[in-house]
Amino acid sequence: MELLNAFVALANFVLVPATAYGAQLALGALGVTLIYGILRFSNFAHGDTMAFGAMFTILATWALQAAGVGLGPLPTALLALPVGIAATAALVLLTDRFVYRFYRARRVVPVIMVVASMGVMFVTNGLVRLIIGPGDQRFADGERFIISAREFKRLSGLDEGLAIRTTQGLTLVTAVVVVALLFWFLNRTRTGKSMRAFSDNEDLALLSGINPERVVAITWVIVAALATIAGVLYGLDKSFKPFTYFQLLLPIFAAAIVGGLGSPLGAIAGGFVIAFSEVAVTYAFKKVLGYLLPQTLAPDGLVQLLSTDYKFAVSFVILVIVLLVRPTGLFRGKAV
Amino acid sequence: MTAHHAAAGNSPARNLLLFSSIPLLILLVGFLQSWNVALAILNMGLISAIMAIGVNIQWGYAGLFNIGVMGFVALGGLAAVVVSMPPVDEAWAAGGLGVLAALALGAATIAAAVALFRRMAPGRRRTLAIGVLLLAGFALFRAVFDPAVEAIERVDPAATGYLGGLGLPILLAWPVGGLLAAGAAWIVGKTALGLRSDYLAIATLGISEIIIAMLKNEDWLSRGVKNVIGLPRPVPYEVDLQASAGFVDFASGLGLDPAEASSLAVKLAYAALFLIVLLALLWLAEKALNSPWGRMMRAIRDNETAAEAMGKNVTLRHLQVFIIGSAVCGLAGAMMTTLDGQLTPGSYQPLRFTFLVWVMVIVGGSGNNWGSVLGGFLIWFAWVEAEPAGRWLMDVLTSGMSDDSALRAHLLENAAHMRMIAMGMLLLLVLRFSPRGLIPEVVRR
Repeated sequence: MELLNAFVALANFVLVPATAYGAQLALGALGVTLIYGILRFSNFAHGDTMAFGAMFTILATWALQAAGVGLGPLPTALLALPVGIAATAALVLLTDRFVYRFYRARRVVPVIMVVASMGVMFVTNGLVRLIIGPGDQRFADGERFIISAREFKRLSGLDEGLAIRTTQGLTLVTAVVVVALLFWFLNRTRTGKSMRAFSDNEDLALLSGINPERVVAITWVIVAALATIAGVLYGLDKSFKPFTYFQLLLPIFAAAIVGGLGSPLGAIAGGFVIAFSEVAVTYAFKKVLGYLLPQTLAPDGLVQLLSTDYKFAVSFVILVIVLLVRPTGLFRGKAV
Repeated sequence: MTAHHAAAGNSPARNLLLFSSIPLLILLVGFLQSWNVALAILNMGLISAIMAIGVNIQWGYAGLFNIGVMGFVALGGLAAVVVSMPPVDEAWAAGGLGVLAALALGAATIAAAVALFRRMAPGRRRTLAIGVLLLAGFALFRAVFDPAVEAIERVDPAATGYLGGLGLPILLAWPVGGLLAAGAAWIVGKTALGLRSDYLAIATLGISEIIIAMLKNEDWLSRGVKNVIGLPRPVPYEVDLQASAGFVDFASGLGLDPAEASSLAVKLAYAALFLIVLLALLWLAEKALNSPWGRMMRAIRDNETAAEAMGKNVTLRHLQVFIIGSAVCGLAGAMMTTLDGQLTPGSYQPLRFTFLVWVMVIVGGSGNNWGSVLGGFLIWFAWVEAEPAGRWLMDVLTSGMSDDSALRAHLLENAAHMRMIAMGMLLLLVLRFSPRGLIPEVVRR
């Protein structure tokens, strides 16, 4: 019984939130890693692209809510998602046309593209703040819980409750569907194969008649969809605030590098590695240990390795370890 | 040679013209707005110029991409507190020794881990040994650290609740800020240099977020979000000037109100101090750029492979230049906190302290220190003045809407964010159409 209680407490405070967060990071890191694989630079505007997509989805959600359209127990934002994806795709295609294409044609060193992405980040960030403001926005509706802590206690008879929020379940389901679609596209379709060929060896791909501009445009559209979905899921699960999306840049890049930049599989693994470490290191294990250890050994303190204010430090330390020990990442990304 | 410069748009006359825009703009603000605002812009412009030189040393000399400027600037601010504030004796008695012992323990643990890493053969046993050592060291560290911190933070939390500083003159904090930033840069550079350029960018982004989190949460060190106010000054106080008969006579001789004159005098004194630092730095930076060392750095930047083939240790040189540039940012940060007279960890925003400095460097001219100075001034000026300008522009744009329009109110409220769009556009436009900036790098043959 004690063992079960300990496990439920652990699941409630660590496993469930970290899984949802990991799925969000994985979707974000997939976007970063795709851009890196095809366009060969680190896109620092990615966090703000996520914010932009989430913002448009929120605006559409509000319009739908005002019109009385809803999805019953599911959040209305799901219906609004295509609007956000379309707006974000338009934004990234425009920035590609007016910013990145010029440098791509000149084959400049990648770091110039990174500096350009910083400019894009500045503009996108300003747009988001201008349109929706810098404050917190809530747009989640529908059923709050799949199962609430009280209900779980009643059903199981345990002392500890396990709450699973709708947004957490939704995040996982959506992420699985999106990732399955992405891998099917990359591995099974002609366009997806040409993207992988382009990523592996640009010159060879050009020789075999692949149109590079088409590959780049499709990549941007996919990245816009991934970024919007990641941004909306994160916003539903926590809340939408432009600045937090900028701050997500660090864990997202850490996830992509840990997995190996340019490797989609690595981005997913990296997202979960970062999320689980972040949540586990900043969680106070007092309760869990209290169930597991005999009364006399029960800890007095919180048994929290780091306060939640230092969650960035976790991504950073993992990043440093990976850079020192295995700079190509877990799944052998493209280059060092 | 001169013909070549003129062709590259780098003639002395043009540069003189560009630089004369700085006093012109300051005078314009002085006559149109107020002299207090003009001098405030001048002072922050001087500090911005120093930050821009720091980033230019990294980017312009060596092509290193640092997006953690904010963190190094904040470390300089911490130095100002640690050096200049009077020590809180009661807090030292309560937990000073404990904190020092804990920090020593932490350092010893890391040193031991590094020693193990070097001594033992690679393999599972080494990983395990280091892991156990680090965990035990961390537990020990927390066991000593936590009670000491709690004791310190209990000492009169409304007024102090931290260890205070060393009570030394605040001017000493400026080089100390540089040293602190250099230390942080060494840690980052050691791990991320020698790999892809983007990795350094991510690592600097991370360290700067951690430094800000530390300043916000380590109350025993920096009072956290309770802020440290009333830092000692290197220049006289306004009230003392107003109390001095000589100063009041001098001010009335100029036809000025003593209150306003004292505030102007203090700002001018700061400006003089900052100008001395800026000129000294410029002199040093130009000397370095024109020395064999500077030639070697440019050679490495332009072709790493060739430089490596010539026997240059590229990673070591990158580490060197990264540390120097970060130290300059730390120095500027200490100066800024001195000017503010307070450390407010909540006010460090990456867009303001990292990305704006990048706009300064790119617009001014990468690789040219004079360009950085010019960019520092002009962009700071634009940043300050863009806020009222943006609001005015939005007011004009929306003047067709009715006064009670919710959209108009919303747009006016958020108009201040337009300056971010403007700065981002400026960066993109310069990068695309004039990548060498206002004052291009001088190409020596």
